Amino acid sequence: MAEKPKVAFYWCASCGGCDETVVDLAEAVLDVVAAVDIVFWPVAMDFKRKDVEAMPDDAILATFVNGAIRTTEQEEMAHLLRRKSKLLLAFGSCSHLGGIPGLANLFDRESILQAVYCESPSTVNEEGVLPSVRHNDNGHSVELPGFYETVRTLGQVVDVDFYIPGCPPTARILRTALQTLLGGELPPKGTVLAPDYALCEECPRKDSKPVNLSISQFKRPQEVLIDEEKCLLTQGLLCMGPATRGGCEAPCVQGNMPCTGCCGPTSRVRDQGGKILSSLASLLESKEEGEIDQALATIPDPAGSFYRYGLPSSLLRRRKLPDSNLEPPKVR
Amino acid sequence: MPEPKDTGSGGIGVYVCHCGTNIAGTVDVNALTEYAATLPGVTVARNYKYACSTPGQELIKRDIHELNLTRVVVAACSPCLHEKTFRNVTSEGGLNPYYFHMVNLREHDSWVHTDKKAATEKGKDLIRAAVRRVRLHRPLERKRVSIDPNVLIVGGGIAGIHAALTLANAGKHVYLVERDATIGGHMAMFDKTFPTLDCAACILTPKMTAVKSHPNITLWTLSEVTQVDGYVGNYKITVKRKPRYVLEDACVGCMECIDACVYKQAKVPDEFNMYLGKRKPIYIPFPQAVPQVVVIDRESCIEFKSGKCKKTCVEVCADRKAIDFQQQEKTETIDVGTIILATGFFTFNATRIPYYGYGTYPNVYTGLEVERLVNAAGPTSGEIILRDNRKPKAVGIVHCVGSRDENTNRYCSRVCCMYSLKLAHLIKEKTDAEVFNFYIDMRTPGKGFEEFYNRVAEEGTHFIRGRVADIYPDPAGDGHLLMCAEDTLMGTVRKIPVDMVVLSTGLEPQPDAQEVRRRFHLSCSGEGFFLERHPKLAPVSTFTDGIFLAGCCQGPKDIPDTVAQAGAAAAEALALIDIGYIEQEPYTAQVLEEVCSGCKTCIPLCPYQAISFVEEKKKAEINEVLCKGCGTCVASCPSGSIQQNLFEDEEIFEEVEGLLAYA
Ligand SMILES: Cc1cc2nc3c(=O)[nH]c(=O)nc-3n(C[C@H](O)[C@H](O)[C@H](O)COP(=O)(O)OP(=O)(O)OC[C@H]3O[C@@H](n4cnc5c(N)ncnc54)[C@H](O)[C@@H]3O)c2cc1C
Ligand code: SF4
Ligand code: SF4
Repeated sequence: MAEKPKVAFYWCASCGGCDETVVDLAEAVLDVVAAVDIVFWPVAMDFKRKDVEAMPDDAILATFVNGAIRTTEQEEMAHLLRRKSKLLLAFGSCSHLGGIPGLANLFDRESILQAVYCESPSTVNEEGVLPSVRHNDNGHSVELPGFYETVRTLGQVVDVDFYIPGCPPTARILRTALQTLLGGELPPKGTVLAPDYALCEECPRKDSKPVNLSISQFKRPQEVLIDEEKCLLTQGLLCMGPATRGGCEAPCVQGNMPCTGCCGPTSRVRDQGGKILSSLASLLESKEEGEIDQALATIPDPAGSFYRYGLPSSLLRRRKLPDSNLEPPKVR
Repeated sequence: MPEPKDTGSGGIGVYVCHCGTNIAGTVDVNALTEYAATLPGVTVARNYKYACSTPGQELIKRDIHELNLTRVVVAACSPCLHEKTFRNVTSEGGLNPYYFHMVNLREHDSWVHTDKKAATEKGKDLIRAAVRRVRLHRPLERKRVSIDPNVLIVGGGIAGIHAALTLANAGKHVYLVERDATIGGHMAMFDKTFPTLDCAACILTPKMTAVKSHPNITLWTLSEVTQVDGYVGNYKITVKRKPRYVLEDACVGCMECIDACVYKQAKVPDEFNMYLGKRKPIYIPFPQAVPQVVVIDRESCIEFKSGKCKKTCVEVCADRKAIDFQQQEKTETIDVGTIILATGFFTFNATRIPYYGYGTYPNVYTGLEVERLVNAAGPTSGEIILRDNRKPKAVGIVHCVGSRDENTNRYCSRVCCMYSLKLAHLIKEKTDAEVFNFYIDMRTPGKGFEEFYNRVAEEGTHFIRGRVADIYPDPAGDGHLLMCAEDTLMGTVRKIPVDMVVLSTGLEPQPDAQEVRRRFHLSCSGEGFFLERHPKLAPVSTFTDGIFLAGCCQGPKDIPDTVAQAGAAAAEALALIDIGYIEQEPYTAQVLEEVCSGCKTCIPLCPYQAISFVEEKKKAEINEVLCKGCGTCVASCPSGSIQQNLFEDEEIFEEVEGLLAYA
């Protein structure tokens, strides 16, 4: 029997939900699983980094990396897996766009470490010990990965062949992506393996959206009794659907919640948040400055709403750092 | 699909223009040229004294041929001025005209900076940005749109009348839409016109009659345009025609009905006479009104108020059956290719300057009221009789009321000095009163104007240079008004007792100018007059193709200028009609149909209503002919599914990155 193609999974800065999806696929991908050899999957199987290092270059057919890159170790693993894999796939929003961890780019390393290790209410750390690359304790020394100021996407660190979007990617997106990969002719490098239209296209509520939508204020889901049929934007809910790549078939909207934008922008848009902002701003009812301010004040967390999954990959990338701790820009 | 782009490896020619010293005086053009030559893709970089001159143009064409250029960048003045020139040069050189990009080195750089070094550095940034973007340009083609030969003219003042006759005489069909019951506008109210003192009616009414009888003119009075759809060459106009309650075809203009009206005395204040006279509910605005058809005012007509009038008017009209109380408002739609707006002006409301006492002291008049008083066909048959029935022995005329004033309008209304002189002359002629003209500066810059001023001065009118600060009843109690002003020539404050004050009120936009502007998709200047496309080089065109301006709706002016402008607007319309088509710039936007999600964001945003939602496909669609390439929808489409020629995201990002990539 011919050798089965080798496949690997790895996680960087992520919540684990992406690995969960792979497991969830169960029956749907059993055939696939049977057809491949999983050679590395830290979350589920006991392989070590040295096992990967021992492989010849390009030995793995495809590696699926979820999670963003924010430590030196993650960066090293990304490079290593890149070298060992014919195809490297960014799997899920964090790896694709920066994801939720990417919101850390609204802060700098110092304040993040302070918040997590000193200031959070459940922390007791009287000496104010912060993680550092080398730590000496009683003559013992441990080395920890370095923690970058800036969260980056996988694609900002290594060459990525394909992207699978979603937080996490839905079973349907993953299935279609796998079919594309196994289906012979590969799409151009860098393609996001999902449709290239916005979610409205496949939204069950599309027809209920009027042509002259005008928004006077935004409401948060807990503030309204949401009509299950009507376009959520017309109900004043901030739905990211118009600016978000489709393919997921709108599970959030079907669950009566607005789209939060996890699949990122279409290929034609560089900045999802900027785009939805310019579209929503042009639909605001008032043309009067004070009233516009009032309408916008009904969005309590603009950065977290418009850039929830994509801050590192957006044109903004991050909050400006004081010049002293400027990292060399790693984006093209 | 557009043709694949030629990103052109090499082959870019960069031309830096000195514009005499306009650019070269502030920007080091040699340094710029040397720098441009080092940019990736640039084959040749040169500078030239006047790139727009014939030898400058030839130079570029020759380079295209000899050096096989694929792209051209000219760093010169504003694209508004010469983009067309250089596109043509590019095209004559054998390239697609859109393989060209212009850098505005003058308005954006040399004219706004003084530091030569910094300006030169900025010039480099601008050129680098252009070089990077021009590589991505795609070949584009201009589209042709045919022009319907019919013309709509809105407003039947002297401007509208003159334009209508010019076009009609050239064999074009004109729809003249006037909202009053008669055409003629302000000019019809005057007795004489400066500076020649022609009798206004004698020169105007023949033109008015000619309008009525011209086979090529459809005249609709009491009418207003309510909707403008379509685009240059193919406008669809909706006109609302208010009822006159008199059938225009049946009325012969005998006016027997007016005499027969149950009102024996005229009781209704007469608008045309600035409310200085009275008319009946059935009336004609003035004897030479066109059309020569009476009109019924439903506010004062007893039949309309109670339904119980004897209708003596109907009786006397008898078989002609011209009076029709049932007449309804009508809506007409017409197709035209071009439009001339000639909606004129409105005079400044003098009560806005309370210390001049207009509306408080009966003997304070506006210039327009006095035009009616001195008019032989006016309420006093041309005699100057005050509201208290006296004849004035001393009259003060205040120039610049509501003009050249921080608190009202900053601009000069251009005609007030001259009409003040005219009124001074006419008042003196008719009453032999002492006339005092209070002026700030005497503005008489027209043919025969200064001579007219001298003539009026010689006739004995007193000129006092100074702004009138106050007007109030003379405490001496002899019915005089005291006019208080600092005479800036004598350096003293003067108080002059007069019987009559004339306020030479300035010219303002019509009160509904903003609505009209929106309806016709025009812009307004800061003062609210309709904005011409270019103050010098396109003074009667607007930013909407096929819509032209004539007369005071574009800004204050006298009759000669109004008529000249009306002629120019007619000529512009004729030019379009005679060629029969217009070429449209291809900077239009398109919806990428396969990827449009049908989110409908763009639909209401287009200022030109070019976007519609196609239900069958559930996608947006842009009418290319209506699209003006403003880019609003492109920016708004949240999924990036609208693309605009020459402003594709890639081109813009490349330009921005070029601008920011410090050398
Ligand atoms: C007191 C005074 C005296 C003057 N004396 C002289 C003089 O002696 N010599 C001289 O050269 N100039 C004089 N002028 C200037 C002169 O009045 C203007 O140059 C001239 O009237 C401009 O003509 P017009 O057709 O542009 O505007 P108007 O005369 O204002 O005509 C505009 C017409 O458009 C109609 N209209 C407006 N809006 C609409 C609409 N929405 N739909 C349909 N119709 C509409 C109006 O009813 C009107 O009939 C004087 C001005 C004033 C105020
Ligand atoms: S570019 Fe402007 S004019 Fe053209 S369709 Fe879009 S919004 Fe309308
Ligand atoms: S905004 Fe974009 S996606 Fe939405 S309807 Fe218009 S073109 Fe289509």
